[in-house]
Amino acid sequence: MTAPSPPEILRAPLVVEFPFTRSLGPVQSAFLTGLREGVVLGVTTADGKVMVPPVEYDPVTAEEIRELVEVGTTGTVTTWAWNGSPRPNQPLATPFAWVLVRLDGADTAILHALDAPGPGAVATGMRVRVRWAAERTGAITDIACFEPADSQDTASAAQAAPHTGEFADAVTGIVAQARLDYSYSPGRAQTAYIAGLSERKTIGERCPSCHKVYVPPRGACPTCGVATTDRVEVGPAGTVTTYCIVNIKARNLDIEVPYVYAHIALDGAGLALHGRIGGIPYDQVRMGLRVEPVWTEGGRYPDHYRPTGEPDADYDVYKELI
Amino acid sequence: MARYAREVAVVAFAQSDHLRRTDELSEVEMVMPVLHQVLAATGLKAGEIGFTCSGSSDYLAGRAFSFTMTLDGVGAWPPISESHVEMDGAWALYEAWVKIQTGEADTALVYSYGKSSPGSVRDVLTRQLDPYYLAPLWPDSVALAALQAQALIDAGETDEARLAAIGARSRAAASANPHAQLSGVVPQGEYQVAPLRTGDCPPIGDGAAAVVLAAGDVARRLCERPAWITGIDHRIEAHSLGLRDLTDSPSTRIAAEHAGVFEGPVDTAELHAAFSSQEVVLRKALGLGEDVSVNPSGGALAANPIMAAGLIRIGEAAARIHRGESDRAVAHATSGPCLQQNLVAVLEGDRA
Repeated sequence: MTAPSPPEILRAPLVVEFPFTRSLGPVQSAFLTGLREGVVLGVTTADGKVMVPPVEYDPVTAEEIRELVEVGTTGTVTTWAWNGSPRPNQPLATPFAWVLVRLDGADTAILHALDAPGPGAVATGMRVRVRWAAERTGAITDIACFEPADSQDTASAAQAAPHTGEFADAVTGIVAQARLDYSYSPGRAQTAYIAGLSERKTIGERCPSCHKVYVPPRGACPTCGVATTDRVEVGPAGTVTTYCIVNIKARNLDIEVPYVYAHIALDGAGLALHGRIGGIPYDQVRMGLRVEPVWTEGGRYPDHYRPTGEPDADYDVYKELI
Repeated sequence: MARYAREVAVVAFAQSDHLRRTDELSEVEMVMPVLHQVLAATGLKAGEIGFTCSGSSDYLAGRAFSFTMTLDGVGAWPPISESHVEMDGAWALYEAWVKIQTGEADTALVYSYGKSSPGSVRDVLTRQLDPYYLAPLWPDSVALAALQAQALIDAGETDEARLAAIGARSRAAASANPHAQLSGVVPQGEYQVAPLRTGDCPPIGDGAAAVVLAAGDVARRLCERPAWITGIDHRIEAHSLGLRDLTDSPSTRIAAEHAGVFEGPVDTAELHAAFSSQEVVLRKALGLGEDVSVNPSGGALAANPIMAAGLIRIGEAAARIHRGESDRAVAHATSGPCLQQNLVAVLEGDRA
């Protein structure tokens, strides 16, 4: 592990994006709809504490709690941290303070951003007020951020007041968008495999203990639990060990159904990989059929496999690889 | 020893070197040498292990079911008894410990690993937050730790100089740890999110760790001085930071009570305090005095492979018992923002 990365190790951008659609319960629905309407709601626990943001179950007793109250849009900073270098997606693009704010009438604090000119302008105990987003949809980001409150705001500290939580056209769900950017490296063994494919070669790795050749190689023999390091070129031809006939057309897949998907034991490989069989009617594909890869112009792996015309392989030759 | 049905000990521990990047290694390529090392220490072969449990995170890898790839490294054919937690390996160890307590296994291999280098770990960790109220704001892990640090400073429990001293002490201790990512004198650096500076934050890196657990006489056969787990417990607190007193860790204290930490003196504490401010909270919750050697390995401030750093705390504490440098150690692991979940174990060596 101490060796520097060899320059030939592959790396590529990997983007993971997931728009989770989440439904809201009655309390979260009222809270987020309230934000859209410029109202901050909390929930009252059995012992009379007001929780903002509200939850549906008491964190101490686990009792269901549904009693909504409206609290103020001004509050007090309970702790803070100065974020001199905002990261992508955070509420403000300019330096800001992360704050926990106890809104007037609430007993717990909400996490958000505070727009302030510098860390010298922020302190625990300072008074702040909500700055609403220009366009509100029923999300925590409807609070654009907090901003320092002036004395007029401070004079009128709100009390919690009962609220029905009923609004016209309530928000019942959110879409939680997320995107994470990675730089993926497949490691030594898979880099060798992918590099081989670029020369239209299939590279496996042999286990030094059981001598099985793994293709594609992942760097370890799952039977022996040891590193596979001995590189072996396998194929190009191979034998169909088993197959299925696909009758359902996959979306965005430009292949006519029915077609055959097969396990193919490339010559010299210790296990079968899979690929599509072409160049032969689907109902004539059989176990033991000898096939070879067909590459398309610019393809990074075989498009499909077609019959070589050789006699079928004996069952005994491939029976261990089914 | 009467706390549980069976005596269970950590009998071996191994870890990788922890590095900023390991592009040349897939996860299994990173984990396998550690597995070989820990098994070699016991003389057991992979097929002789009663139960295998791992901890890792798909979000670090950016790929679903990424842990299945590392199963190749344990020799999962013919089939083995195996499980996985999407958490730090300390919780995988807890599951393995339960498995041994039930009598279904006498030995267990526990491993965990994390490669933070492919992504931006500060941003990745925001995805473990509440998706309704927190995740849309993308508050990163350093920002949340900084809120806790400011709360401690406001409460008069620490200040920036004392926080800096924690980082400096940890990295000085790591000079004796060949696996550490950061050791010796490291500049305190600029504010990351004030009041935390670079020196208050853990390095970002890749690494793996493994331990072998064994019960009773099997443990005595495999290890000259087994590190008996005489207590282990884990507790969780409310997710919302605004509900919690960030200057305290009641979950750590309750877990410690149930694990028996306070029933006798401890000489060593391996604390999963990734941020200097978290050590302040944990020392208080565990009632650690100045006579206790805290993070003699350098702790997570010297190497913090996500998902392995907690298991490493248990491993480091056990290794000190194996070497005769400790008689009664406490090991701690955490998960979630601002010490949300905490696991505490007491490890003891037989007295001469």
